[in-house]
Amino acid sequence: MNPNIMQLCGAKRLGYFGRSQFYIALKLVAVAQSGFPLRVESINTVKDLPLPRFVASKNEQESRHAASYSSDSENQGSYSGVIPPPPGRGQVKKGSISHDTVQPRTSADQQEPASPVVSPQQSPPASPHTWRKHNRHPSGGNSERPLAGPGPFWAPFGEAQSACLPILLLGSSAGDAVWSGHSPPPPQENWVSFADTPPTSTLLTMHPASVQDQTTVRTVASATTANEIRRQSSSYDDPWKITDEQRQYYVNQFKTIQPDLNGFIPGELLKTEILRGDRTVSVSYSQRRGSAAKEFFTKSKLPILELSHIWELSDFDKDGALTLDEFCAAFHLVVARKNGYDLPEKLPESLMPKLIDLEDTADVGDQPGEVGYSGSPAEAPPSKSPSMPSLNQTWPELNQSSEQWETFSERSSSSQTLTQFDSNIAPADPDTAIVHPVPIRMTPSKIHMQEMELKRTGSDHTNPTSPLLVKTSDLSEENKINSSVKFASGNTVADGYSSSDSFTSDPEQIGNNVTRQRSHSGTSPDNTAPPPPPPRPQPSHSRSSSLDMNRTFSVTTGQQQAGVVAQPPAVPPRPQPSQAPGPVVHRPVDADGLITHTSTSPQQIPEQPNFADFSQFEVFAASNVNEEQDDEAEKHPEVLPVEKASDPASSLRVAKTDSKMEEKTAASAPANVSKGTTPLAPPPKPVRRRLKSEDELRPEVDEHTQKTGVLAAVLASQPSIPRSVGKDKKAIQASIRRNKETNTVLARLNSELQQQLKDVLEERISLEVQLEQLRPFSHL
Amino acid sequence: MAVCVAVIAKENYPLYIRSVPTESELKFHYMVHTSLDVVDEKISAMGKALVDQRELYLGLLYPTEDYKVSVFPNQLCRYGYVTNSKVKFVMVVDSSNTALRDNEIRSMFRKLHNSYTDVMCNPFYNPGDRIQSRAFDSMVTSMMVQVC
Repeated sequence: MNPNIMQLCGAKRLGYFGRSQFYIALKLVAVAQSGFPLRVESINTVKDLPLPRFVASKNEQESRHAASYSSDSENQGSYSGVIPPPPGRGQVKKGSISHDTVQPRTSADQQEPASPVVSPQQSPPASPHTWRKHNRHPSGGNSERPLAGPGPFWAPFGEAQSACLPILLLGSSAGDAVWSGHSPPPPQENWVSFADTPPTSTLLTMHPASVQDQTTVRTVASATTANEIRRQSSSYDDPWKITDEQRQYYVNQFKTIQPDLNGFIPGELLKTEILRGDRTVSVSYSQRRGSAAKEFFTKSKLPILELSHIWELSDFDKDGALTLDEFCAAFHLVVARKNGYDLPEKLPESLMPKLIDLEDTADVGDQPGEVGYSGSPAEAPPSKSPSMPSLNQTWPELNQSSEQWETFSERSSSSQTLTQFDSNIAPADPDTAIVHPVPIRMTPSKIHMQEMELKRTGSDHTNPTSPLLVKTSDLSEENKINSSVKFASGNTVADGYSSSDSFTSDPEQIGNNVTRQRSHSGTSPDNTAPPPPPPRPQPSHSRSSSLDMNRTFSVTTGQQQAGVVAQPPAVPPRPQPSQAPGPVVHRPVDADGLITHTSTSPQQIPEQPNFADFSQFEVFAASNVNEEQDDEAEKHPEVLPVEKASDPASSLRVAKTDSKMEEKTAASAPANVSKGTTPLAPPPKPVRRRLKSEDELRPEVDEHTQKTGVLAAVLASQPSIPRSVGKDKKAIQASIRRNKETNTVLARLNSELQQQLKDVLEERISLEVQLEQLRPFSHL
Repeated sequence: MAVCVAVIAKENYPLYIRSVPTESELKFHYMVHTSLDVVDEKISAMGKALVDQRELYLGLLYPTEDYKVSVFPNQLCRYGYVTNSKVKFVMVVDSSNTALRDNEIRSMFRKLHNSYTDVMCNPFYNPGDRIQSRAFDSMVTSMMVQVC
């Protein structure tokens, strides 16, 4: 076809491709490609000549043109068709042809406004550019520019065999907008310069430039050419915006290095290695990994300093590796730089990984990690405040130690940390009242486990303690564990949460409890759910509540001791009695049985408030969860109404001190009863209280043992659940009472903690004032 | 507050050195150089390879005004910091503000270390090259121009 075209256009006649000939040839190519008979007249008759598709390298251009012909840029197509022959003929022809083409182009443009857009796709990255310019200046005012453009383009065009495809990709989607945006000639010229082709000496330089381009441009397969194309398109509207084709190309390149789009391309050294300070090891790592990214970008032949800067800009998370987004940004910067754009000082917005994420669905990589990291916020203390870093550190610890009471105690000690953490959590889960309490709940409240757990697992995914939930097979156990674990995990919030968790025995109740707890926790310093500050593990509260719970449920006590405090009484009978020590008898209804437990619990309250609750709980069977096993051993179910108020308080106290516990046990008896009546409140509360009390009163180890014991108890009690069905009502009432008690206890605790907070703040203010006073002096 | 920041490689050649007041550049360079001896001393003294954040404190070598070598408290203090890979950071600070000196110095070294690791992470940085990272420069600038 080409020979015919050439003949038709008179090239053969002239012996070279003059501009007019070139244009004609291009048109003929288009005609031919579109299937029209090859006639000179066809050029004129066929108005809608699709842009010939020029694909392939110099020599293959012709064949490619035929093969890849598409209705896109005819100009380019014609170019490509012409190029192969001309190189031999000389650059002069190209020059003239380019001029000629400019004119026909304009006409062609008119006919096919879209063709110019398409042209970019054509193999020569430049050609699209050039064409564009032509289009821009249909009047032919291109003069030098357009020529220069096409010229250099041609060279690369010829070489950009492999680039053709990407270019095609690029061009196809480039759209008019892209091209329209590109007006400044400099890019074109830059591009030209990149190709080592002086703008003026289009033809002559083109050829040699093409050769050079091959060597230089081809460093990265078609990457560079594709880059150029991309660059062009990118420079139009927003210099740093990545078009779809570009992105697609980048993604493909990324895949060649790293098949996993979610992975990342490591640079030479990973930051972790560097921080270790062991360079030798790091170097060996890089050798193993092959410094993929480094090699890849080195191919672009940019100076190392610039590549270094590009890496600096694009490695957003500074981890020494490039995710897909980062890689795209880096690639884009390389392209831009090659096209003559100066590297920005800061990463442009459009290249920011976050933004890229939005655009690129395929991009997952670290972005999510980064974002996720920041997003895990409620739980993860990413950046909130100075304490955040510490929180961040604590997070992993929390997760790990979720089941460890130790962490809980540690956490509780750092009130500030806890507070911050809570604040993070709070905003995170404002809506999931249950959720919050759950994770935070440190005290194992098996009683409520089942119900709580169900709720929690759903909502509490963010909580580190959630894994704990999973661990505990039993619902009840989980509840307890969740609450307890979470508590341990560090957030003082746990207290509030745990208590709420424990209340999950009754979904409704639990919900109420949770919310109530939340409110309480809000007042109480820590544990509660989102709104209030991180629920502190208020031993008094948790203990008391947990004790009550335990006692009431007897069954749960054992479990509570293990660490899962707040087992709602509703939970099937738990093996509480073993843990009688702590928990105060909660439920009045089942108080009798529970009371006995509670009586024993006082002694053990400090240690295992939950146990008592469990026992009571057992009695109540499936009744509400109530406060878990709080420490109040002394709850006496019968005296519910009266002591209920006192119980929470007493329970709180107990949590705080052993002595208190005892008191609670005494007073909790009635409280327990009241608790039973507050099904909603108790479940979460007991958990919380339990946590608190346990925390304060008990060493971590004890909690552990208790927790395990509680768990065991819960497990054991499960079979007995059915029998407690009849006592649901009583259990509910007991749990209600317990919850109320827990509420009051927590409220007191909260007030106390707030008081402490105020004191601390005052101290801080005074210190700051002193600092201020000292500062001026230092300047003297 | 820092008037001079220097990053010295393991082989005791500078990877990066920058001072605030240009008139006493040479003096600062000299101070940094002399402090290297003290740094090495401390490194060898310490048996274990710990990252000693503040392992060098010369309670002042030279006053900023004159070149006299004198023990002049709270004039210029040099602090050292050695990483696990024996890369040393030396910082000369103007001690007019001595309040909370230690913590501030430590935090500054921490920032330096973090920026240095960022530079290392860059695959295009060859260890042993001078540090030309703009991010590193900006970080150092922020540290240097703190108190007028």
